[in-house]
Amino acid sequence: MTPSGVLAASASGGDLFVAQNVFFGVIALVMIVSAIRCVTTRNVVHAALWLVLVLAGAAAQFILLGSEFVAVTQVLVYIGAIIVLFMFGIMLTKASMGDDDSVATEKRLMASLVAVLLAVVMGIALIDSYSDTRVVIDEPQRFGAVSDAIFSQYIVAFEAVSVLLLAALIGAIVVARKE
Amino acid sequence: MILNQFLLLAAVLFCIGVYGVLARRNGIMVLMSVEIILNSVNINLVAFGAFRDNVAGEVFALFVIAVAAAEVGIGLAIVLLIYRNRRSIDLTEADLLKG
Repeated sequence: MTPSGVLAASASGGDLFVAQNVFFGVIALVMIVSAIRCVTTRNVVHAALWLVLVLAGAAAQFILLGSEFVAVTQVLVYIGAIIVLFMFGIMLTKASMGDDDSVATEKRLMASLVAVLLAVVMGIALIDSYSDTRVVIDEPQRFGAVSDAIFSQYIVAFEAVSVLLLAALIGAIVVARKE
Repeated sequence: MILNQFLLLAAVLFCIGVYGVLARRNGIMVLMSVEIILNSVNINLVAFGAFRDNVAGEVFALFVIAVAAAEVGIGLAIVLLIYRNRRSIDLTEADLLKG
């Protein structure tokens, strides 16, 4: 549990830090722009495609943080499965295929007010707490360490998630089935 | 890299997702906004895991991904059911429990 990731930036690693920060900035910009387009675009299909960019950006951030396994899982589960599920949902509810008719401006105003307030509060709290904390990734996390943790320390949670997935599968079939 | 840059990115994405949940009326759009929120949480978990040099962050991110998959499955089934009954997935019309 020793926070060995907390190290001062060594002088020799300076170039690496610059490269990491440049990649982080580019990916973060893409993610934020895509997320804003995703929640504001009128076309539902375009929103799903913008969501793909957000999810791929998150996978890239995971790789930047040295968590390859989570990045691969993100691509497989989110981009591979969940987006396809969304596409089927959009196709099956074709009445709303075109414009998502006018959102009331009042509602939109209140929602953006809430979002901006939340962002300000969280931003102040984060800057106050973690302003100088550095993350240093010496080497990527190994797959083996992750699977060891899942199958020893977190085995109960893993089994619970398995049962949850089975229950969700059966539940989705029961809910969506035609009588 | 500074830990805060990941946390601030996740916070901004979370707020965008909250805006989507509150402002959109299309049921599928609301589910997509929930996905953005869950992803921002995952970025936080993995960033803290890398910061602590501990696999717990990654393990919990994997659990969040699994739960999100279950949530989308059930959520889309419910949206399909609403569409089948009402010919519309406008959530402002689904106010049966409003009283």
